[in-house]
Amino acid sequence: MPIVCLLVVLLSNVISTPDFFSVSIQNGVLYGYVIDVINRASELVILAIGMTLVTSASGGQDISVGAVMAVAAAVCCQILSGGEVSVTEYANPVILAVLAALLASALCGAFNGFLVAKLGIQPMVATLILYTAGRGIAQLVTNGQITYIRVESYKMAGGNIAGIPIPTPVFFAVITVLVVYLILKKTALGLYIETVGINGKAARLVGLNSTMIKFLTYVICGVLAGIAGIVASSRIYSADANNIGLNLEMDAILAVALGGNFLGGGKFSLMGSVIGAYTIQALTTTLYAMNVKADQLPVYKAIVVIVIVTLQSEVFRKFIASRRNRKAAHLAAEGGQK
Amino acid sequence: MKRKVIATLMAMTMALGMMSVAASASETEGTDGEPLVIGFSQVGAESDWRTANTESMKSTFSEENGYELIFDDAQQKQENQLTAIRNFIQQEVDYILLAPVTETGWDTVLQEAKDAGIPVIIVDRMVDVSDDSLYTTWIGTDSLLEGRKAAEWLNAYATAKGIAPEDLHIVDIQGTIGSTAQIGRTQGLEEGVEKYGWDLLAQQSGEFTQAKGQEVMESMLKQYDNINVVYCENDNEAFGAIDAIEAAGKTVGTDIANGEILVISFDTTNAGLTDVLNGKIACDVECNPLHGPRAEALIKALEAGEEVEKLNYVDEEIFAYDDTVTTVTAVNSLEEEGEYAVTPITQEIIDGRAY
Repeated sequence: MPIVCLLVVLLSNVISTPDFFSVSIQNGVLYGYVIDVINRASELVILAIGMTLVTSASGGQDISVGAVMAVAAAVCCQILSGGEVSVTEYANPVILAVLAALLASALCGAFNGFLVAKLGIQPMVATLILYTAGRGIAQLVTNGQITYIRVESYKMAGGNIAGIPIPTPVFFAVITVLVVYLILKKTALGLYIETVGINGKAARLVGLNSTMIKFLTYVICGVLAGIAGIVASSRIYSADANNIGLNLEMDAILAVALGGNFLGGGKFSLMGSVIGAYTIQALTTTLYAMNVKADQLPVYKAIVVIVIVTLQSEVFRKFIASRRNRKAAHLAAEGGQK
Repeated sequence: MKRKVIATLMAMTMALGMMSVAASASETEGTDGEPLVIGFSQVGAESDWRTANTESMKSTFSEENGYELIFDDAQQKQENQLTAIRNFIQQEVDYILLAPVTETGWDTVLQEAKDAGIPVIIVDRMVDVSDDSLYTTWIGTDSLLEGRKAAEWLNAYATAKGIAPEDLHIVDIQGTIGSTAQIGRTQGLEEGVEKYGWDLLAQQSGEFTQAKGQEVMESMLKQYDNINVVYCENDNEAFGAIDAIEAAGKTVGTDIANGEILVISFDTTNAGLTDVLNGKIACDVECNPLHGPRAEALIKALEAGEEVEKLNYVDEEIFAYDDTVTTVTAVNSLEEEGEYAVTPITQEIIDGRAY
């Protein structure tokens, strides 16, 4: 079902923007609307994976991911700049900055996980803390400035590596999806997460440490938000604490929902969420391509989301199924009369 | 036991409350040495311009100058600003400086400030209230004039280079829809389009950020292959747009006739002017963020019991890569026509600026 929605959004372009699917090579990089969709959706894809796991295990969402992105970006850029507002060469090694940023985001995730798994606070309430405070922390790290890292190699993560025609963020997204997918399939973690989400008590009775598993999903979600934050900051070679990942948590939750996942937890489809994320970006890019006025943009987005969510709802599916049955019965009856 | 604790706590709170009232009362009296308490609700730090604006306020209303500044960063949210203003009222500050995130929705909270007898000075963007006595005065930039300056510059430049108006294919990367700067700058461009018959291809919001500016420009480049003027409504959008243009294998510059894309921008931040010097931005219209001194002058006038003007515009310049155009004539929001000099940028100018 999610893939159908993505295809519908994409195909609507065939009529309005015939060259939507044309892909060429400019400056040694793939160039076209479709590439934009795949490229721009990367951060959202990474976030959506983490959000899916959190949703499945705890039956709630982590609304702090956008703020955690800002924290990771701030930590990364601040270490690279060594405290300066704008630098043209690294003050510290990149690997150190990236590890520190990932550590910071893992800590944020661990904090959320502790509140949810250990203290049993509702996910939305627990993550509301970092949702509000996260950007403040990021501001504190950058001293309220936008820290610029004007180094060519820093732009690679969000741009492209010389000689490789595919934008780098796509690799980040694909590798993240693959790694998480393999871990879930090759180990029992995926099954454990679903079990805890379906019934935490029963999971504990059969010997699963459900607290630990919930906690882990939040840490994973935090680290993934950190990766997304680094990619986002590399795109603009700066740490913009107020705008990096702004409102992206809502898009991530939407991606999980569009992926056909039940937001109350339990069974999940990772690929569904990934497709959901691409659907959201496809929609944004499509509306740009259709030249929709900026002030009307949210309205069109809302309409499409309503349609997709309705199409996927249980009630609507049953309604269609019963109509089809009735029609089939009707036809059968007619056939019998002839 | 529990009741006792609560009673003690309540008594303490009351005592504290009275103390703070007493404290602020003594401060309000104090033009004689006691610091003036100023509450400043800032939008956030969404751009370099905003940071310069904040710094200007912080350095003007410093302790050394005899002020106590309570600074609040609203992180782009109106509800945070409403809370901040209510806090300022409770803390009984002497003046409230408000840099509003949007134009509408301020009536209630400004009425509360007025009832509390605290003068409110609006900074930068304007507020749209039913009764303009709700704020004392406004300091800011004339974004309509900025837009008109840019449009007049473009016209003068195209004329000087012998480019026909219908050969200017313009895209407009707008600011956050509904903000004063977006409305004024967009209107300035649209008037130019109307007046001179330029070809305005598309308008889309880049939300004043580099990331969105880049994303929007990417999309526009795919839609139209004849774009030769990009009108960015702030510097950060221009950085994103320039990145997108260069990634698409085109060049930015001033030579429209030879396929270069001309970028016009606003704000004149340090990084923006550096791009003007490099020839990446052809023309950058200043949006002066140094409101601190002007705000201080107004507060001093108010303290002395003088009447102040309702609208106070700060002076703003125009910087260009070359000296093709030396002056432009434009009409400001008060319908006064003026002639404005265009300064060709040099490294000295950039180094000599405060932001």
